[in-house]
Amino acid sequence: MKKIPRQPMPKQPPEERIKNFNEVALGYTEELAVKEAERCLQCPRPFCVDGCPVKVKIPEFIKLVKERKFSEAAKKIKEDNVLPAICGRVCPQEEQCEKKCVLGIKGEPVAIGRLERFVADWEAEHGEIEKPEMPEKKGIKVAVVGSGPAGLTCAGDLAKMGYDVTIFEALHKPGGVLIYGIPEFRLPKHIVEREVDYLRLLGVEIKVDVVVGKSITLYELFDMGYKAIFLGLGAGLPKFLGIPGENLLGIYSANEFLTRTNLMKAYLFPEYDTPIKVGKRVAVIGGGNVAMDAVRSALRHGAEEAHIIYRRSRAEMPARLEEIENAEEEGVIFNFLVNPKRFIGDENGWVKGIELVKMELGEPDESGRRRPVPIPGSEFIFEVDTVVIAIGQTANPVLLDVTPEIKRNRWGYIEADYETGKTSMKGVFAGGDIVTGEATVIEAMGFGRRAAKAIDEYLRTEKW
Amino acid sequence: MFKILERETLAEHINKFVVEAPLIAKKALPGQFVILRLHEKGERIPITICEADPEKGTITLVVQEVGKTTYELGTYQAGDEIADIIGPLGKPAEIEKVGTVVAIGGGVGTAIVYPEAKAFKEKGNYVISIIGFRSKRFVILEEEMRKVSDELYVTTDDGSYGMKGFVSDKLKELIEEGRKIDLVIAIGPAIMMKVVSDLTRPYGIKTIVSLNSIMVDGTGMCGACRVEVGGKTRFACVDGPEFDGHQVDFDLLIKRLAMYKEEERIALERYLKERGKA
Repeated sequence: MKKIPRQPMPKQPPEERIKNFNEVALGYTEELAVKEAERCLQCPRPFCVDGCPVKVKIPEFIKLVKERKFSEAAKKIKEDNVLPAICGRVCPQEEQCEKKCVLGIKGEPVAIGRLERFVADWEAEHGEIEKPEMPEKKGIKVAVVGSGPAGLTCAGDLAKMGYDVTIFEALHKPGGVLIYGIPEFRLPKHIVEREVDYLRLLGVEIKVDVVVGKSITLYELFDMGYKAIFLGLGAGLPKFLGIPGENLLGIYSANEFLTRTNLMKAYLFPEYDTPIKVGKRVAVIGGGNVAMDAVRSALRHGAEEAHIIYRRSRAEMPARLEEIENAEEEGVIFNFLVNPKRFIGDENGWVKGIELVKMELGEPDESGRRRPVPIPGSEFIFEVDTVVIAIGQTANPVLLDVTPEIKRNRWGYIEADYETGKTSMKGVFAGGDIVTGEATVIEAMGFGRRAAKAIDEYLRTEKW
Repeated sequence: MFKILERETLAEHINKFVVEAPLIAKKALPGQFVILRLHEKGERIPITICEADPEKGTITLVVQEVGKTTYELGTYQAGDEIADIIGPLGKPAEIEKVGTVVAIGGGVGTAIVYPEAKAFKEKGNYVISIIGFRSKRFVILEEEMRKVSDELYVTTDDGSYGMKGFVSDKLKELIEEGRKIDLVIAIGPAIMMKVVSDLTRPYGIKTIVSLNSIMVDGTGMCGACRVEVGGKTRFACVDGPEFDGHQVDFDLLIKRLAMYKEEERIALERYLKERGKA
């Protein structure tokens, strides 16, 4: 058999795409998808499935793609994953399923993520989204707080088991980080809406504009007849650097910068009411996926120069390689081994510079990455008009402060069992970033799935 | 969607809306606010709750027309719907019996200080209220304030009604007369709260202010509303909106409030132009 190379993904050319917010990756055609599917060895013991947090039956769906049974392939994926169009786009497959692919040992692994995305999009485009067979309704109410990846997955799984599920969302649109955080050019919002609509098709009720902890408490939810509650709150409190000048005008948290851009559509101002200030020279501080999203958004907002400021080197960046490469192609300038010491403002209080200190890599720290150490006397001023701080988030205390029964760890995250999501409060489960700290979409989904199973067991046995 | 049940123009550019929002009405306490968004293309803005009626399931919002969104809201009539209202957000005011409380409302801030004056009165405090406006035609809630105050003073910048001058001038008078004041609550424009705080500081009179920062989500997620209080960064949405006025960096607040001045002008001009055509 002649060897087929891994099929590349068609993309918008960099010089075009930095002028719009449309999706960068264009997706496989049927031909490309079938060709890529033919590369799969159909291993009898598929290691790829081990690498998937929600255990999608990967070889089975790929075989259906090869046979051009795209609709069946979609159904096969949805047995395990209610959000395939999202996962196909934002999962770090290179760390998960594709990392375990046997073809990857000597060559390039099967492009599982791209195939998953193709199948989900094909199903949507051909208007064949069908409601799966549903069991009889149990007449038992479960509340899910938060409509991000953890909450959506948990809600979908419970609905498929026959529970009456209500999701409570604080923002005006469901989707959590998928809506406010991840940009349109990486995950179009109509795709998130489509996947959320699928949950509605499964019978999940979604109530937006409800801040659980403020509008309503967990105690009241139990009083209203909800028998179990899943908390998929997300992290939700931006970290700042804690250095002088951080509140100068023109300095954003990544959460604010991305929320204005994605949820509020500030790039369409003044057609949309929400403004955003993006100057000519933008610096994004951080090296993760959120930093990449912010810096690439800055370019699309019209920045002439968009910089990444990162205290370690390229090798230690936590962002996905694909996102780093996309940013490089688009002309993002990477400044490695530098760390901000203070921000400098002009007479009107706007940021105009950052004092950076050069760093060198020392001994590995607890994360296994080499610890950056400042080089004394190496400080210099870096001129900027706009700064975005993308150094992570911590736990938002709004709900937890009014629910003292729920134990938190020393970082403020919920103490929940990894396998079941059980918290210290009876009937309350938790998962996703509010338990693990910042992680990936698919890890949050995996947590939501395990919690759904545990909630079902708890409601059947009443054993805590 | 949140239905407007009543709408009333209280004064030039100041409108009152009674809105159906049962969950919020049940929980709202003095000092708390909501975030509202008019429609699909709207921005999210914070508005402090003036009154809440848990039985009827309604909240009352008093809104001054200052920017595009508030001008547009001004055209909404009873029966119209607001797309999103989220709340009650922020920490409630601390209402205790302290003795004599001076409740100061500047302009539309009167609508925010009103429920607090009422609550302090109900707790058994002696309430002296000072409400100030630019001119007679902007005076709001005078009768309501009178009902919940032991003494009420109205000031206008131009002297067209009540005492000529600022609320701070009246407060200064009271202090200089030697009136015993245990607590000042000052709610209004940032500059007014700054002047009042500067006035009471040397006398050591505890002064609480309510900060009207720019917000997006209103639940601590974005940090747009950050302010400096006692040298520390705090989020007005979750740590406030009320803070010790003697600790607040008002100059920073005033600068941050002006961050989108240019965009606000563009949006308002564009809106009024379109409205003119219609």
